[in-house]
Amino acid sequence: MATLARLRARLPALREECFRRNGAVDEYRKKEYKAAVKIQSWFRGCRVRAYIRYLNSVIIIIQKWWRGYQGRRYFRKMVETAYFIMKMNFYNEMAVRIQKRWRGYYVRKYTHNYYALKKYLEAISVNNEIVRKELNEYAEMREKEKKKKDLEKKEKEKDHQARKMHYLLSTEQIAGVYNSPFRKSPDPMELLLRKSKPLSHRQQPAKNHLICDWSNCTRSLTFPTAQPLPPIGRQKPQGPFRDTAEVLQQRYKPLEPTLRVAASINSLEKAREEIKREEWRNCVHDNEFLPFSSYHKKEKYDPSIHRSGRYDQETYGIKHFREVQPKKWIADKLLEWSGMWNTSQI
Amino acid sequence: MTLSGDACFLLRPGVMALLRPLLLDVVPTIQQTAALALGRLANYNDDLAEAVVKGDILPQLVCSLSEQNRFYKKAAAFVLRAVGKHSPQLAQAIVQCGGLETLVICLEDFDPGVKEAAAWALGYIARHNSELSQAVVDAGAVPLLVLCIQEPEIALKRIAASTLSDISKHSPELAQTVVDAGAIAHLAQMILNPDAKLKRQVLSALSQIAKHSVDLAELVVEAEIFPVVLTCLKDSDEYVKKNGATLIREIAKHTPELSQLIVNAGGVAAVIDCIGSCRGTVRLPGIMMLGYVAAHSENLSMAVIISKGIPPLCTCLMEENEDHIKAAAAWALGQVGRHTPEHARAVAVANVLPTLLSMYMDTHSSEDLQVKTKKALKNILQKCTYLPALEPLLHDAPPNILKHIVGQFSKVLPHDSKARRLFVTTGGLKKVQEIKAEPGSLLQEYINTINNCYPEEIVRGLITR
Repeated sequence: MATLARLRARLPALREECFRRNGAVDEYRKKEYKAAVKIQSWFRGCRVRAYIRYLNSVIIIIQKWWRGYQGRRYFRKMVETAYFIMKMNFYNEMAVRIQKRWRGYYVRKYTHNYYALKKYLEAISVNNEIVRKELNEYAEMREKEKKKKDLEKKEKEKDHQARKMHYLLSTEQIAGVYNSPFRKSPDPMELLLRKSKPLSHRQQPAKNHLICDWSNCTRSLTFPTAQPLPPIGRQKPQGPFRDTAEVLQQRYKPLEPTLRVAASINSLEKAREEIKREEWRNCVHDNEFLPFSSYHKKEKYDPSIHRSGRYDQETYGIKHFREVQPKKWIADKLLEWSGMWNTSQI
Repeated sequence: MTLSGDACFLLRPGVMALLRPLLLDVVPTIQQTAALALGRLANYNDDLAEAVVKGDILPQLVCSLSEQNRFYKKAAAFVLRAVGKHSPQLAQAIVQCGGLETLVICLEDFDPGVKEAAAWALGYIARHNSELSQAVVDAGAVPLLVLCIQEPEIALKRIAASTLSDISKHSPELAQTVVDAGAIAHLAQMILNPDAKLKRQVLSALSQIAKHSVDLAELVVEAEIFPVVLTCLKDSDEYVKKNGATLIREIAKHTPELSQLIVNAGGVAAVIDCIGSCRGTVRLPGIMMLGYVAAHSENLSMAVIISKGIPPLCTCLMEENEDHIKAAAAWALGQVGRHTPEHARAVAVANVLPTLLSMYMDTHSSEDLQVKTKKALKNILQKCTYLPALEPLLHDAPPNILKHIVGQFSKVLPHDSKARRLFVTTGGLKKVQEIKAEPGSLLQEYINTINNCYPEEIVRGLITR
């Protein structure tokens, strides 16, 4: 009980003590709380920092390795490309050398072939010589022809003159102009005169009218006719003569025989011959048409079925089906033959 | 009927009025002689021809042409020809009054004289310009002219060929029309005809056709004119030679292949002989042909050189009086020599460079000649390495030519010791020192290059001397 009372006495102080202790605690609670918080935060910070440091170091290792790997890969790629470029350059250079040689060869052989050009130029000069020669020959030929024509024209002129002046021919009594007695031999004109026939008045030498420009022709218009017309104003011959034109017409009338006269005596035979010849000509096949009798001679005669067999019913198919030929059987003959053989053996 | 020149001037005021009713006379001979008189008047003078047109005679003539006989047709065609030949306006007047259709009807007539007169009139009308030619073609004349060419009369062939030549000379389309009518084959056959005037016209017609385009030239070549045409170059008639050379020139100028064909057929040799044998304007087409052939390629140019083409060209250059022929020869020489040093050497060896230079410097030469000689000199000099030919030029040349000459020396001298020695002994080095050039110009560089080939003492010695 005492304790109880003591306890009870201490009770209000207890309350106060309680308040006081709680309050005292409370006083330091905030401070301690703040301190605890500070300590904890600091510790946690340290822990985190340690963790981060650890992570950093780990990450550094990872990154180091990773970057090293990337760099080596990049380097490898670079080396590959450099190698590739080097190879390509090498190939290009070799290709250039080949192409250089080939192009030089090709151009020298085909495009600017020096020897072919030289040959071509030589061929051209040879050809030129030929052409020049031929053209010169042609020109000479033309010249010769022209000269010949001129000469012939002159000759003709001279002949015509001689014919016109035939009366200047010298006679026994009177020496002509061209046959002077003081000359040793007669003039060539004299010889021409001797040779030439006197010119008759009617024949005028035909001048060929080459009228290039019709309108420059100053003569009156001429109608070209087929025959020359008879001269106008000719004297009619005296006497009972018929008109000359009529006579000439009658004399030179062309022959127009009738059919009977024009046909010859043996025209009938000739016509028959002609027909025969024509028939013979038109005939294509000379041999007569013969029937092909020899063709049939070689043929074997096939008798019909009705004639080739007997006239009664056929037993095949009804009475028997197999064909039997007992004469051909050899079974019974075998014994005979074997007998013979045995005997022959002995 | 025949009127002298003075007489017709006296009679001019009334003569048209007098002749016009005579055309309508009953007697055919009077009509024909009246038409002939009108034709001769118009033929003489273009004023009279205009008077014929103004006197309204043409429609009357054209209408009556179709009914009348052949002598009247000939006379009427003669009048149309005489009127149409003076000027394009008069020819246009004929076209406007329907003359072309009647002339084409005349071309179908049987009489060769009528055809000749009609073809001649058409030729004179078509000659002036391409519109009139087109009008003639539109009237349907070309097939009939091709038929006329095949006729046996030589005069008709001549006139028909000359008309075809006049039609086709204006434009490629007209030439194509003539070709489509099948003219080329007949014209090509007629080259062999011995008549000289016919050959002139035929060659002229073919050259007018061939000049327009490559296709037409190839068509002409396919008619197998080579090597027959080369015989025309040896003809005794000058104009046949000229027209033959013109034809070959027109074919050669288009492409290198055509020139090659001509060279292979020996055409170059024939043309060179032709140039050698002629004088005057007849040579001109031949010279131009050589120039065209040489211009295409260096192989063709070498072919011209080995066919001995350069001596005739040089003689042309020196002998001829006309400036245009000299200009053509200079141009041709330039084309021959401009390809490679070989070619330039061949030209230089012929000793033609001093002539070219003197022509360039001559004040009396025409401008065209000066321009052509200058170009030829430049072209040849840029490739010329033949120093003995260049030396004489050093002394006379003007600065713009001199720079090329000195340039050539500067290219050759550094490599050739014999040439260097020759250069000094002939006084060339001295001359080079005397040239005044602006420092820094191309000429100065060349001079420096030359001076560097020689030791200092020599150069200084020449300067001080």
